[in-house]
Amino acid sequence: MSTLAMSTSRGQVEIKSFLRDRTAVIFTFFFPALLLLLFGTIFGSESTDGGVAVSRIFTASMIAYGVMTTAFVTMGTGLALDREDGTLKRLRGTPMPATAYLIGKALLVLVLSIAEAIVLILVGVLVFDMPLPPAANWLAFSWIFVLSVVACSLIGIAVSGLVKNARNAGAILNVPVVALQFISGVFIHPMSQLPDWLETVASIFPVRWMAQGFRYVFLPSDASAQELGGTWNLGGVALVLGIWCVVGLALCLVTFRWSSRDK
Amino acid sequence: MEAIEVTGLRKTYNGRDAVAGIDLVVARGEIFSLLGPNGAGKTTTVEILEGHRRRTAGDVRVLGEDPGKAGSAWRSRIGIVLQDADDAADLTVHETVRHIAGFYPSPRKPDEVIELVGLTAKRNDKIRTLSGGQRRRVDVALGIVGSPELLFLDEPTTGFDPEARRQFWELIRTLAGDGTTIVLTTHYLDEAEALADRLAVVADGRIVAEGTPATLGGRAASEARVSWTEDGLVRSEQVADPSDLIRHLVTSGADLTTLTITRPTLEDTYLDLIGATR
Repeated sequence: MSTLAMSTSRGQVEIKSFLRDRTAVIFTFFFPALLLLLFGTIFGSESTDGGVAVSRIFTASMIAYGVMTTAFVTMGTGLALDREDGTLKRLRGTPMPATAYLIGKALLVLVLSIAEAIVLILVGVLVFDMPLPPAANWLAFSWIFVLSVVACSLIGIAVSGLVKNARNAGAILNVPVVALQFISGVFIHPMSQLPDWLETVASIFPVRWMAQGFRYVFLPSDASAQELGGTWNLGGVALVLGIWCVVGLALCLVTFRWSSRDK
Repeated sequence: MEAIEVTGLRKTYNGRDAVAGIDLVVARGEIFSLLGPNGAGKTTTVEILEGHRRRTAGDVRVLGEDPGKAGSAWRSRIGIVLQDADDAADLTVHETVRHIAGFYPSPRKPDEVIELVGLTAKRNDKIRTLSGGQRRRVDVALGIVGSPELLFLDEPTTGFDPEARRQFWELIRTLAGDGTTIVLTTHYLDEAEALADRLAVVADGRIVAEGTPATLGGRAASEARVSWTEDGLVRSEQVADPSDLIRHLVTSGADLTTLTITRPTLEDTYLDLIGATR
């Protein structure tokens, strides 16, 4: 079997296992959509200064939260769990190369992230009457989405090495995820409501740029007035997410371990 | 060529020797058993042979290659039965065996392997729902599905009921009959005695004895204990060759209905061996 065939075989097994674990499906996968329904319903009728319905802004921003959950949390907890329950040890005893394992995980993350984005967009369109963006914006969506998934996945892999006990992985990984949603313009928008130093902190991490990018895709162009600096700053989005991809990859190469024990 | 050749193997953790200089040769087609108390270094040794752990010093050849450097071609020739895995809980037995089989160049048929380990009735059950012993049999299936030349079994029958254990022994004999070399670590001395062609006892990171089950630790040469009843008292004597004593007892007219002649069991020998190092 070629590495490619082994990778897709891993991907199938990963997806099958995920779907059969109902807790993961409900609490990880559908949670962002649930939050969107709540936030959109509570604040939805209000309009922002730019005249855009709040529910529409939430829909766009919440895709950043969705990707963070499906990529970062799924990768981070998945690896910690695979290390602990013997999955990695088992695979390492077979001729399967490590890359096939990681590509398999990446396939799971990709499928989940795409499905997550579709669910959130559907909620936006069906429940909150969000219009779909013009065709040109989908190109921007593609690269922002891919960079977001790759950056979050790589950081997830790197962080999984810090998790000592897989049972705690979900709880540990969700702390940075939720904290970043509050300071990155996902739960609280516009970000200009935050103290300046907190804006600076948020701008170091990817979520702010992911959310800003997705708002560019789904909101009218003049809604950029609500963003920090008053522009969509797509160059900044590409730059920061690109840097996180490189940093994440470097961290992975340094920290990746097959086993939770000392080698 | 030998299946395994080890000289001067050492593994140090935080300045403490977990393996303190082991020499070992396992011939092709042999069932070799490694015995020893918990913490003696047998799992560490086996994990080094499997390529799961790095060694601190020593020379190791497994199927002619250094397991620390060997690649996927080498991995396709060995099989590993894990001791405490808990993976693939949401997959069925057949899905898991078929999935792992796909990584090997010439695997056994998944259904044949499932039959061999006696899980045909559980073929489509999720692994999560299996009992502990059935779960271990899945591990055995995954270890042999790649048709390995060399199979590592680390305490494989923990949690098996006696019948499952006998069936498992038969399976190991079948595999050995087909020419598979088998390295078995176990706590059960009857298991080692029933299966192993040769065994070694590890204590405190060293091999303290090596031999066949019949000769380990000078077992064959050790004295026999003869005991009988004389004038209502139990008498016993230890002798190298009991013939003269028996002849004497027969002619002296002693009561021989309670006569026993015993040599140390493998367990006695083993306990002596590991006790000697404490």
